[in-house]
Amino acid sequence: MSAQDPMLARIIDQVDGARARQAPLEIRGGGSKWFLGETAPGEPLDVTCLTGITSYEPTELVVTVRAGTRLADLEAALQEHGQYLPFEPPRFAAGGTVGGMVAAGLSGPARATSGSVRDHVLGVTLLNGRGEILSFGGQVAKNVAGYDVSRLMAGSLGILGVICEVSLKVLPISTATATLCFNCDSGEALAKFREWSSQPLAISATAWHEGLLHVRLAGAGAAVASACTRLGGTQLAPEQAESWWMSVRDHSQAFFALDSADVARGESLWRLAVPATAPPLELSGLQFIEWGGAERWCKTSAAAGQVRRAAVGLGGHATLIRGADRSCGVFAPLSDVSMRIHRGLKQAFDPLRIFNRGRMYAGL
Amino acid sequence: MNSSLRSLPSDAVREQRQKDVVAALAEVLPRAAILFRHEDTVPFECDALTAYRTSPMVVVLPDSEAQVAAVLKICHKMSVPVIARGAGTGLSGGAMPHRSGVTLSLAKFNKILRIDPAACTAVVQCGVRNLAISEAAAPYGLYYAPDPSSQIACTIGGNVAENSGGVHCLKYGLTLHNVLRVRGFMATGEAVEFGSEALDAAGLDLLPIILGSEGMLAVTTEVTVKLIPKPQSARCIMASFDDIESAGAAVASVIAHGIIPAGLEMMDKAMTAAVDAFVHADYDLSAAAILLCESDGTAAEVEEEIARMEQVLGAAGASRMEVSRDEAQRLKFWSGRKNAFPASGSISPDYMCMDSTIPRKRLAEMLRAIQQMELKYNLRCANVFHAGDGNLHPLILFDAADADQMHRCELFGADILETSVRLGGTVTGEHGVGIEKLNSMCVQFSAAERAQFLAVKHAFDPLELLNPGKVIPTLQRCAEYGKMHVHRGMLPFPELPRF
Repeated sequence: MSAQDPMLARIIDQVDGARARQAPLEIRGGGSKWFLGETAPGEPLDVTCLTGITSYEPTELVVTVRAGTRLADLEAALQEHGQYLPFEPPRFAAGGTVGGMVAAGLSGPARATSGSVRDHVLGVTLLNGRGEILSFGGQVAKNVAGYDVSRLMAGSLGILGVICEVSLKVLPISTATATLCFNCDSGEALAKFREWSSQPLAISATAWHEGLLHVRLAGAGAAVASACTRLGGTQLAPEQAESWWMSVRDHSQAFFALDSADVARGESLWRLAVPATAPPLELSGLQFIEWGGAERWCKTSAAAGQVRRAAVGLGGHATLIRGADRSCGVFAPLSDVSMRIHRGLKQAFDPLRIFNRGRMYAGL
Repeated sequence: MNSSLRSLPSDAVREQRQKDVVAALAEVLPRAAILFRHEDTVPFECDALTAYRTSPMVVVLPDSEAQVAAVLKICHKMSVPVIARGAGTGLSGGAMPHRSGVTLSLAKFNKILRIDPAACTAVVQCGVRNLAISEAAAPYGLYYAPDPSSQIACTIGGNVAENSGGVHCLKYGLTLHNVLRVRGFMATGEAVEFGSEALDAAGLDLLPIILGSEGMLAVTTEVTVKLIPKPQSARCIMASFDDIESAGAAVASVIAHGIIPAGLEMMDKAMTAAVDAFVHADYDLSAAAILLCESDGTAAEVEEEIARMEQVLGAAGASRMEVSRDEAQRLKFWSGRKNAFPASGSISPDYMCMDSTIPRKRLAEMLRAIQQMELKYNLRCANVFHAGDGNLHPLILFDAADADQMHRCELFGADILETSVRLGGTVTGEHGVGIEKLNSMCVQFSAAERAQFLAVKHAFDPLELLNPGKVIPTLQRCAEYGKMHVHRGMLPFPELPRF
């Protein structure tokens, strides 16, 4: 991708203008993840004009795609060749883009077994805060030439630059899947995760909520069949299972929404990332457990400090996903050393602090 | 490197500096943990890229994190470069010492701190050998997946520095995909953690930037790795091909059929001959190329997959196929592959191992290009590929005692790397840039991209004390390399030393 590309040239022009005025820009794709992170000031920088799949060769297991391409369009193109994005990126709403998927760094139900967005990024073309178009990584799975800047972009919330194009590793869709259900409380569910984790069971996703545990198996026919026999439980019909996992991925289940009654009760939706074997959370409110225990969603009226302490006590961190009061900061505070590295990286990529100023932390 | 040659201190200045640094270090380390006499530091002069050597000013062997922090604080205060070193098995000179620097050997950090079979994790010190992790996890039915060929000796700290791969990373990923958390120290001596035992950490994801950073951003002391259940069963197909084109096409065909083998390796005739004489792996020595294609999983899964693999390889033109009957034969197939480097050492006084990656579909084209280069540079080359990943390890055979051969070997290597970039690949897949591929970095990255790398380095280490001079070539070096390029293969001023 070159600066001569007319769509990219328009974006560079807007960035150059903002640099001249030292004015911030808010990078905008499909707007499907507007609720994630702090609010960034500035004129919107629309990148949805950078569309299209640049190259896709199924035998290379790699797709290179421009950042404004709709995630739904990319996934449809992969499906035509029996392939998919193994990290199951959430869409939340229609219109989400590939660039937004990488910048948000969110992975869906398969994360614990198939890896994250970051794990599947192979290369990126980036517009940095000096107005330079830079490419890092590439289209091959093994590549250690220079620092791994492309994977640093996953989850960077656009604070380091504009993702223009990205190469992703893709995989063949599993030949067989099955979803099993069990009735149990959260403690029993966590105990089962511990028991299953060290066995070769072809588990591709787990989720527990309000007394019901869902387990998805995926892999070769023989492996899925033998895991079904060993685990027992009740099997869901395939269509029902697919739409259920999609509703978890996209947060379309009622649990994930924050309605006016929740807000009136002072509730917020938190995401806690903790070691999978951490004991049950001791917080008021409802919980939704995913990733074999490593991701715990909590809708609670507990004070931010209490939620954060609970997460740190279990060896993890807590992010405020939806909630009226954001004064506590959306993301968990960093150590002094880590914050210094963050400031250094912001300085390295975007010295004038043009892009998504403050979207992750104040001062970045 | 040319610029650092010019700035070398005189012997007298260096001797005084050495004295001062040793005196400062003696405040925080026992005397026995500080080496500075030439005869004591000789073993640290190079890593496995033995053609390039430098005598370190001082070598320290701390045995606690407190000592590492103290050493770093002193070096930071005195502006002394620090080169962290694991087992010294690196192939690109990443651990080559600095003449005015301290080599920080982490050999004493060799304890496995914790294995948690329920969490499927191991917490280990950086100097623990790669294979030792799998051995310690074996009683729980678990193992650590990345398996670089040097796994018997290389350490996890070195694997973190290089983001090492291995023969099974097509299915199980690189070090990056199997490490949860890295604990270490900044150049200032401050403790720092990257990643977490949860699946992510707050803020930017710094773990991928640390993995593969070749000891230039922080010094790793402790690592939490993921363990995975050991497959119940594994079988390997050895498939022979009469020409390299069909072997290359067979690799693409396996993937096109939706199969992700546990390992998919290719060796050419020169390589199979060398390894078979070395370890008797029972390879088909008449084949132009052989593929090793492995399946692992439950017994039923493996049977199903092996049958599909045989069908695909057969249709792709395999002239002969042998499926491992038992574990002994499977290991025998792999013993040849894993001994490719020492076997090359047995047929030639020296070899230079290249490490580029190209798109799989260009494998045959690349092999043909290498055959042409053998004629052009009048040197032999044996080829072993992680074919499933498109990662090539051509081994250029030469005699380092012959300056002309050494020179031709360097040109041969640079030619392979540039061809790889031209074919859409990269100059290093898993061995790192170190000092070996500095010139090739000029070819793969623009000046702005290299400046961005340097800016990243400064975010972590503004004084450039950690492993300086590696990975990122200076503008001047690239300019000089660019000039040499004009006369491809016919360097101006051939009498000048280049390294």
